[in-house]
Amino acid sequence: MTDSEPAPWEYVPAPESAGLAGLSSEYRLFVDGTFSAGSGEKTTSVNPATTEELATVAGTADSDVDRAVEAASGAFRDRWGGLDGSARAKYLFRLARLLQERGRELAVLESLDTGKPVRQAREFDLPNAAAYFLHHAGWADKLDYAGFGPDPAPFGVVGQVLPWNFPLLTLAQQVAPALACGNTVVVKPAETTPLSALVFAELCQQAGLPPGVVNVLTGGAHTGEKLLSHPGVAKPAFVGSTEVGRRIRHRLAGTGRTPVLMLGGSGTNIVFADAPVEQAVQGVVDGAFFNQGHVRGAGSRVLVEESVAEEFVERVRERTATLRVGDPLDRNTDVGAVNSAAELDRITRLVETGEAEGARRWSSPHPLPERGYFLAPTVFSEVHQSMRLAREEVFGPVLSVLTFRTPEEAVTKANNTPHGLAAGVWSEKGSRTLWTANRLRTGVVWGNTFHRFDPTAPFGGERESGSDRVGGRAGLEAYLDV
Amino acid sequence: MSDAEQPSNGRGRVTVPRTRKLYIGGSFPRSESGRVRPVLDAHGEFLANAALASRKDLREAVVAARKGFESWSGATAHGRGQVLFRVAEMLEARRGQFATEVADAEGLSLRAAADSVEAAVDRVFWYAGWTDKIGTVFGGVNQVSGPYTCHSVPEPVGVVGVVAPRESALLGLVSVLAPVLAAGNSAVVLASPDRPLPAVTLCEVLATSDLPAGVANVLTGDPAELAPWLASHEDVDALDPTGAEESLRARLEDAAAETVKRVLDVPVREPDWNEPPTPKRLRTLTDLKTVWHPLGQ
Repeated sequence: MTDSEPAPWEYVPAPESAGLAGLSSEYRLFVDGTFSAGSGEKTTSVNPATTEELATVAGTADSDVDRAVEAASGAFRDRWGGLDGSARAKYLFRLARLLQERGRELAVLESLDTGKPVRQAREFDLPNAAAYFLHHAGWADKLDYAGFGPDPAPFGVVGQVLPWNFPLLTLAQQVAPALACGNTVVVKPAETTPLSALVFAELCQQAGLPPGVVNVLTGGAHTGEKLLSHPGVAKPAFVGSTEVGRRIRHRLAGTGRTPVLMLGGSGTNIVFADAPVEQAVQGVVDGAFFNQGHVRGAGSRVLVEESVAEEFVERVRERTATLRVGDPLDRNTDVGAVNSAAELDRITRLVETGEAEGARRWSSPHPLPERGYFLAPTVFSEVHQSMRLAREEVFGPVLSVLTFRTPEEAVTKANNTPHGLAAGVWSEKGSRTLWTANRLRTGVVWGNTFHRFDPTAPFGGERESGSDRVGGRAGLEAYLDV
Repeated sequence: MSDAEQPSNGRGRVTVPRTRKLYIGGSFPRSESGRVRPVLDAHGEFLANAALASRKDLREAVVAARKGFESWSGATAHGRGQVLFRVAEMLEARRGQFATEVADAEGLSLRAAADSVEAAVDRVFWYAGWTDKIGTVFGGVNQVSGPYTCHSVPEPVGVVGVVAPRESALLGLVSVLAPVLAAGNSAVVLASPDRPLPAVTLCEVLATSDLPAGVANVLTGDPAELAPWLASHEDVDALDPTGAEESLRARLEDAAAETVKRVLDVPVREPDWNEPPTPKRLRTLTDLKTVWHPLGQ
């Protein structure tokens, strides 16, 4: 080698085989322990990275919702409600083990259906999904000690409507505590990402779970609202946008049923001048672009102390430029496909608005695949509080940079949103980090880290992000009638 | 009618009546609307006029409560406990006055009213002792899998709108107000529409117990008129509809939905306030905040 400049490292594609997903040509509803065709119109699930159809999915008619709620109600009455906590614990344990055993298959399936990088699905989504079942297996026979009084009662039938960003993980976060507390469930995964939930139904069969304890439906907003407002559903639960959560609250007003709501809201990272720079850059980039920014509480806004802002933003751009965007099945990929054409359209419009409102746009020069719903990771600087970029939930691979001069200003700006899910604080000064954490109106604060989740740690928001929790002792309350 | 309000004390002296006003931001203003309405005792006899609060009074009370929240939530838990213990002391000292007012309002014998007042003193005392135990009972350390320290701490939700019980004029009122304050929140209370006088006297107790201005605000008037505004107000973080009539509940829940406001899950029928309380209200009036930090050298 005579070159003074060494050649940059070349990436060689490391594709995971799509065949590992064990795709079926058709996926069916799971009601009362058996798979059935459903009476609704069939749909197809699309791979957002290629826009190709993955499989046909059975459609749910209103009569299927009734059937599923009846099955769950019968199972609660005859089979699950009277079961010992220790028996429920073992079923949950079985589900955790089955998720671990079929982790690779499910990770590939999840990547195909959502567009998320397979490496992330394998290293984050699947292990965490199994961990929520394992953690809650341990709770099922210890509810007397959870601090809600002796022998806390379940609600009965729980109806759960789930989002498309983490289909299997959010299923685990909601189904595991619901079952541990002694409820039976009817689950509806998102319309664009139903496959992993329907394979989960197969795991329920393999685990020998009594019929009707877990039922899985398909469909979109109509089925979701039908399920959540069904009079046979004692506890409706919704994970998704604030807009839909608000609609559900209106709909359930006066029915005596209060929904579990795990809603959205962009998160904020606050970077003080004394932050550990390398870690902060990595954390801010990860916070904004992890899972294509499709994360409730994603760090879509960063507030940087003015004295270091210019240099910091430059380093964020440099780091973002190294993210590999493309084929989700390539294990080198950092940022995959946006989940659907509709989402890509929405985020693109928000980006255009940002430019029109005068923010300065930079997008990663990384080449994008020719097909599929991709958006280059984008960083906006010179963003002001009044801009839509700063106020709305972005829910895509877009980071907005704002600045501040004093800790008080940082806190005021971070709190100046009706949402309150998550925030990050970057500083080497412990007292400042804790001072800031105390004043942030969010349900989660990550100090010198971001996007940490654990089944032992309560996660959830404040105000318009919904105030329920998943995880830990506190998370049980959502599914106990206490 | 209580002794102090009798036109004459029976020995020919004409007594000085008290004007009942609102309690907003630590002051006792009249309603900006100038409206009042007569309060009758259980037998239909005139007791006094009470202010009939307007929507503007309500908005001012919410502004005051937001200010009050900043100082109250920033105080130490120990300090909040001290103030609430002081409230219990002051209530105890004015037991006789409250017994007369409760007897008039609720149509109880003086003896039964005195029992109810004593239970109210004990209720405040019970919640006062909770202020510095909420964190340890509802929060804790999360044993996360990784090199992090992670803890969850309950924090007050903010400004709480309270529709006070309609029947139990003092015991019911303190049973819903004390947990709001003990958890570090501030309150805008709509007093019982027909039995508001013990609530007005309670404000005099609160005003002399070192409770910072705006932490508790009490409006007399018509909850059916004001509660929907409280439920929809953007700067109110939670709503306790305990005293709202059944016909009003759906409307309040619908109004609260717009801001995804927390609405306490309380029965339509007023409970027996003599039953021992549970910490449930404290749990519901706090939000759990989870804080992560890496461990390293």
